[in-house]
Amino acid sequence: MATETVLKADHLKRFYAVKGGLFSKGGTVKALDGASFQLDAGKTLAVVGESGCGKSTLARLVTLIEKPTEGELVLGGIDVASAHTKEDLLTLRQMVQIVFQDPYSSLNPRHKISAILEEPLKINTKMSAKERREEVLSIMSRVGLRPEQADRYPHMFSGGQRQRIAVARALMLRPKIVILDEPVSALDVSIQAQVLNLLTDLQEEMDLAYLFISHDLSVVRHIADDVLVMYLGQPVEHGTRDQIFNNPQHPYTKALLSATPVADPNRKKERIKLVGELPSPLNPPSGCSFHPRCPLANDRCKAERPILAPTSSALVSCHAVEEGRS
Amino acid sequence: MSLLEIRNLSVEFETAHGLFRAVDGVDLEIDQGEMVAIVGESGSGKSVSMLALMGLLPWTAKITADRMNFDGQDLLTISQKERRKIIGKDISMIFQEPMTSLNPCFTVGYQIMEVIREHLGGTKKELKKRAIELLGLVGIPSPETRLRAFPHQMSGGMNQRVMIAMMIACNPRVLIADEPTTALDVTIQAQILELLGELQKKQGMAMVLITHDMGVVAETAEVVNVQYAGQQVERQDVKGLFNAPRHPYTHALLNALPERATSKRLPSIPGVVPGLLDRPTGCLFNPRCKFATDKCRSDAPDLHSKVLCHYPLEDGMPTNNHPGVSVAEGNS
Repeated sequence: MATETVLKADHLKRFYAVKGGLFSKGGTVKALDGASFQLDAGKTLAVVGESGCGKSTLARLVTLIEKPTEGELVLGGIDVASAHTKEDLLTLRQMVQIVFQDPYSSLNPRHKISAILEEPLKINTKMSAKERREEVLSIMSRVGLRPEQADRYPHMFSGGQRQRIAVARALMLRPKIVILDEPVSALDVSIQAQVLNLLTDLQEEMDLAYLFISHDLSVVRHIADDVLVMYLGQPVEHGTRDQIFNNPQHPYTKALLSATPVADPNRKKERIKLVGELPSPLNPPSGCSFHPRCPLANDRCKAERPILAPTSSALVSCHAVEEGRS
Repeated sequence: MSLLEIRNLSVEFETAHGLFRAVDGVDLEIDQGEMVAIVGESGSGKSVSMLALMGLLPWTAKITADRMNFDGQDLLTISQKERRKIIGKDISMIFQEPMTSLNPCFTVGYQIMEVIREHLGGTKKELKKRAIELLGLVGIPSPETRLRAFPHQMSGGMNQRVMIAMMIACNPRVLIADEPTTALDVTIQAQILELLGELQKKQGMAMVLITHDMGVVAETAEVVNVQYAGQQVERQDVKGLFNAPRHPYTHALLNALPERATSKRLPSIPGVVPGLLDRPTGCLFNPRCKFATDKCRSDAPDLHSKVLCHYPLEDGMPTNNHPGVSVAEGNS
């Protein structure tokens, strides 16, 4: 069965200009510096990395909140850069929706749940009030909320329920792509499992494509089909879940995996120690941006920026892997 | 006798809806050089119990305990002034958010020196020397220049290191770390946990680690206290807890971890932690427990061999003549 590719990104870049102050020079922050990937219907692509690696910038580009500085973004066959007709824009906006990290701040406290869920329909469709109400109730039951809860306010719900509401809101327009920006990191473990199950069910039911942004590798391992590892705005490794988790190639992926605590006291593992912290994206290191923290770095890494190249396992951007130094 | 011993600690808050018991009968015992973890979800009273120990709760909190001893001193009866001599010196605490727990108006050097001056005293020169030494100890590069930095000039990981430097400044004997790495990235988390472990070993500190992250517990702790809705439901050493959890809550919580999943669907725990207004009768976990019986719904359980359950689990199955055991519904 040929699956439909709903999202294609090619060398997506987003730079921000930073104004200089009295004592500082201005500059450009390369928040996202060349990400290429594609996403099929019914699949999950996880984007992992630490803060400042460009995960959220990527989400903002794909959800059309911001325009890419460079690169091509195709959503459901429509090129975003060349879509100017009203119809095209409307289709595009209905196609991607987003669920944010913190369900406490992403829902308007002054609106009832029904109003929050109805709003996308009001703006984007010509449904009557009755039809909208019906649609709201049907989506609510799909995410496990009861109809009588429609007229309550967000503060009357627990964190897990709020995240269900946020998911429901994202589904109102029947999107093809849902961006999940750390959807479970604000939730407790027992609630996290409920929400993850819900997301899995909805994906099967509605053939949704998920772009799952997370820093929690155990969650990613559970839910993702493909994984894109980012560091300082650049993809460092891109492959299937099994490739990334069972046979990581890039030293950063390895370090990230070994730094993640495992809930098993019997497994005492060797930890790859990363020294130092994430450098400032305003002033990234020369060559490979990971070289100041990399145990395998040499002179070539300091001078020359590696590109994402196929290896025996995943796509990896690393000189050391390419030369077989690892 | 243990270095720190707490017996039957309860904390109640006066609220508009009546008395709310945030912590209910918690025990803690820790010796020199030991590492105890307190695990639980939000609202399980893990932070409140430690804040009660530190005396940092507002006056609305009613704290009762059978015993609260530190190194032979009874913390329940000593005066506020005497307590101040212990807190921050012999017992110190690291908080979750390094960005908000440091004062943005003062340099980190000043804030570290303030702690030492308050508790140990010394000349300006000595204080400065000690502060530089501490910053070096927690792995901050070029400590002399960093002394003059303000918290906003440093990253979250660096600020957390400063917090740790502050808290170990007076060589505390008990260090309480309240979610010390939750706000940090994983590679930085690994660095901080390693640092804490090293310091604990080197200085022979006793350490209480409060966390909700089972992975962190598995990798650092020796003994684990599991809390649920203010009660301590299980206490075990770390291997026993992960290999053979005895309370149904611990069992369910471990199964809900994605990394322990065997299928695409996670075995989740239905419902939520009970709040102020929906406290169930009997065992507090009974509405969410798959082994709950009528007895669980009516009688509150006692602590059976460090497990707060009528039917402690063995190999994932309830014992103690649980009526449903023959139906063999458990083991999932």
